[in-house]
Amino acid sequence: MSGLAVTPVLAQLSDDFFGDRQGAADRCPGNNELCPGWIVDNFTDYLNPLWEHVLLSVIPLAIGFVLATGLAMLAHRYPKLAPPFLAFVSILFTIPSIAFYLILINVTGRGFATAVVALTAYTQVLIFRNVLTGLREVPQGTVEAAQGMGMSSRQILFGVELPMALPTIFAGLRIAASSTVGIAGFAFFAGAGGLGQSIFADPRFRGNVVAASVLMILLAAALELAVLAVQRALTPWQRAVSR
Amino acid sequence: MQAATLEFRHVHKQYPGADKPAIADLSFRVEAGDICVLVGPSGCGKTTAMRLVNRMIDLTSGEILLDGRSVMERRPAELRREVGYAIQQIGLFPHRTIADNIATVPKLLNWDKTRTKARVEELLDLIGLDRSLGRRYPAQLSGGQRQRVGVARALAADPPLLLMDEPFGAIDPINRERLQNEFLRLQGELRKTVVFVTHDIDEAIKMGDKIAILKEGGHLAQYATPSELLMYPADKFVEDFVGADRALKRLALQRVRDIDLWKAATVRTGEDSAAAKAKLADADLPYLLLVDDRGRPKGWLSDRALSGERIVEDLRSSADPIVEMDDILRDALSDLLAADTRYGPVVDEAGAVRGILSLEAVGHALAATGGHVPTATELARESAAHDGRATADGLSSGSGSDLARS
Amino acid sequence: MIHAALGPFGDAIEFIFKERESQAGTVRVGGLGEIWDFTSTHLLLSFTATLIATAIALPLGIWLGHIGRFQFLATSISNIGRAVPALGLIVFFIAFLGVGFTNVCAALVLLAIPPILTNAYVGVRGVDPETVDAARGVGLTGTEIATRVELPLALPTIMNGIRIALVSVIATATIAPLANVDTLGRPIISPNVYGTAGQLGSCIVVALVTLGADGAFAALQRAVTPKGLKVGQRPKARRFALKFPIPTRSTT
Ligand SMILES: Nc1ncnc2c1ncn2[C@@H]1O[C@H](COP(=O)(O)OP(=O)(O)O)[C@@H](O)[C@H]1O
Ligand SMILES: [Mg+2]
Repeated sequence: MSGLAVTPVLAQLSDDFFGDRQGAADRCPGNNELCPGWIVDNFTDYLNPLWEHVLLSVIPLAIGFVLATGLAMLAHRYPKLAPPFLAFVSILFTIPSIAFYLILINVTGRGFATAVVALTAYTQVLIFRNVLTGLREVPQGTVEAAQGMGMSSRQILFGVELPMALPTIFAGLRIAASSTVGIAGFAFFAGAGGLGQSIFADPRFRGNVVAASVLMILLAAALELAVLAVQRALTPWQRAVSR
Repeated sequence: MQAATLEFRHVHKQYPGADKPAIADLSFRVEAGDICVLVGPSGCGKTTAMRLVNRMIDLTSGEILLDGRSVMERRPAELRREVGYAIQQIGLFPHRTIADNIATVPKLLNWDKTRTKARVEELLDLIGLDRSLGRRYPAQLSGGQRQRVGVARALAADPPLLLMDEPFGAIDPINRERLQNEFLRLQGELRKTVVFVTHDIDEAIKMGDKIAILKEGGHLAQYATPSELLMYPADKFVEDFVGADRALKRLALQRVRDIDLWKAATVRTGEDSAAAKAKLADADLPYLLLVDDRGRPKGWLSDRALSGERIVEDLRSSADPIVEMDDILRDALSDLLAADTRYGPVVDEAGAVRGILSLEAVGHALAATGGHVPTATELARESAAHDGRATADGLSSGSGSDLARS
Repeated sequence: MIHAALGPFGDAIEFIFKERESQAGTVRVGGLGEIWDFTSTHLLLSFTATLIATAIALPLGIWLGHIGRFQFLATSISNIGRAVPALGLIVFFIAFLGVGFTNVCAALVLLAIPPILTNAYVGVRGVDPETVDAARGVGLTGTEIATRVELPLALPTIMNGIRIALVSVIATATIAPLANVDTLGRPIISPNVYGTAGQLGSCIVVALVTLGADGAFAALQRAVTPKGLKVGQRPKARRFALKFPIPTRSTT
């Protein structure tokens, strides 16, 4: 525990990684086998990490959506803003999240908030890009007709352009949703828990790895489906066409 | 709302950064209830001129007066809500139902719900769409239906002025013809002031009460009624633009009822032969036309029909083509040529014979309005070239001979 | 001292450049030598996995796109690829197949296949059908159309797919030390040996390596884009589109 004096944050982290590696394996009779019975018996142990993971996914997605949409609307108005902002968030997105979390905790401290900051940053490329693309793809003729009928630029943005961009916006949000679930798997490096922590707690124990991974996959799928459901509810004209 | 007058006074427009003006010293006046067509080659400034009216763009100098008041004094949004606007791309909102699309301007003007709903239904009826289509989305309609909705949306708040930029430009010829006719019928009821942009001179001639021909750089080449334009083109540019067949194009401006028809010698079966022969002396055509007791044409009589004391039904040939009083002269002529004959009976709404249309009568009509009088052979030659289009247009409503061919 | 002013970052940078004693004091760790060893293993692992994935997914994606069927297969692979977390996949391989370079490499190959496959498919499908028709009209065979027309025209999209795959593989290779493969993730996974300075130092190097690889690939992409595609594009819109490929899978 010599590191404690220098950076308590990181020293504690190392304890978190390997805390009960031995203990978990003992609990499965087949020893390191995949045993469904064990997963059923110990399922409640995954509920808390799962809940953490849900929060780690939904909160950054919500904040990221509002932020990126606002910024994209601004960039739609002032096109020069788009390239620098995209370049910035693209670079952030390229940096592996583990590195990002560990660098960030030295600036903002360890915990849930830091993980949320990082995860929110990661959502920006996907959502911003799609919102902007969606807004730019609205046909000129439609905007012109709206102007010609005397709609203000605000009315056009909120009443015409944004609704028409919804399918593209939601496509971005869907990708961002599963992406965020995946990246949140490393959020325990920032001390924010989640299912990744469960996996890392005993990475050699198959029952554990399968249980936590499947929960992550299910969460990703559930979030995508939820986004899809909201999209379908908000874009009735799209269903009408395909019918 | 009443129709408005529109006047351009020495209007100039130069786009920022452009070295030449897009509109130069444009002046003309549109009377209330008239359709004014802006026509000219691509890039001559038609769209620019039209967009100056509702301040989609602002003029550089000069004045545009809507009902005597400069548009530059008006707030753009308020002005645009008062002026209908329909464009080639239509620009329907795909995420709103047809009814909501039509209700766009009424909603901007804060009309109450019942009034808006009533207006939407009125407009759907007006453009001939079933009311149930109001619940559909634009993607569920055909191109022609969407274009009608575009016009209905522009008319929603009963604007005194309607701006239309190549509204039928993206529609196939058959549907375009149909939409043009529908619009003319609508205009007959509504009597709006309309500014209509097109690059198609035939459409201009058909739609316009007045035509403004623009040339490159936004110069007004001529402002006149369609027939003036065809008879007295102001310069070489206009002459070229309206085309070498401009004399023939005048045929599209007149209906059969507008010209002096030949007098027909009509007889019924059982009439006295001698009296019938006497009728021939008074007629313009040396043939007797047999009609039924309601005066509807049955056919041309042969000499043998007259050989007895009373007229018998012995026909030399059928009465085809039968032309209606409301037929456009161009189509009626086309019918004659297609039937390979020089004359055909003209009937009224009840189907009774009112006279005879002949190639000579058509030639006379063209001569009477000035210009070169084409001989019958010239007419036949030129019209054969013209015929293809008349047929494709599907405008012909006389005897179906040329329709059957197409 | 500059290092002191930078706090933990100063210490981390020093770790990169200068050897020091391990936390337990038994071995010497850090310094450019060891960092280079980690980096080369990291890159070797990443490139191998990406190359193998490309060799598998690229012909398959082009073929699927060329015959224009199995749209469902291509979308499903893309969707599944997005939903399966990188962490779960790697650890799953270790838990079931054991540790070692081969196993972790195999896991990374699986990770890299979806973006390459779907981008190849989408790229080929996106080629203007009229262009393909014209090619058939002048007498090119199916194979010739695929290699001489569709492939060059789909190249920008294909390269985007490989680029996305490479970046996620490099990022995910950070947890390869769980399988006893000593990539740059080693000091991150084992802070009890390398200390917090080693952990942070490695993070900085990993970030730089990823950005470097991404940048180098972007340059390569620009170099291989057919000239005609560059000339025809409206400058603003296309630059915007090319520079920032949409990643289609979960990222590490
Ligand atoms: N927004 C604009 N900015 C600059 N120049 C324009 C703009 N719109 C049109 N122009 C130019 O003005 C001229 C007239 O254009 P337009 O009114 O669209 O022609 P038309 O509708 O008759 O085809 C053209 O030379 C065109 O290039
Ligand atoms: Mg135009």
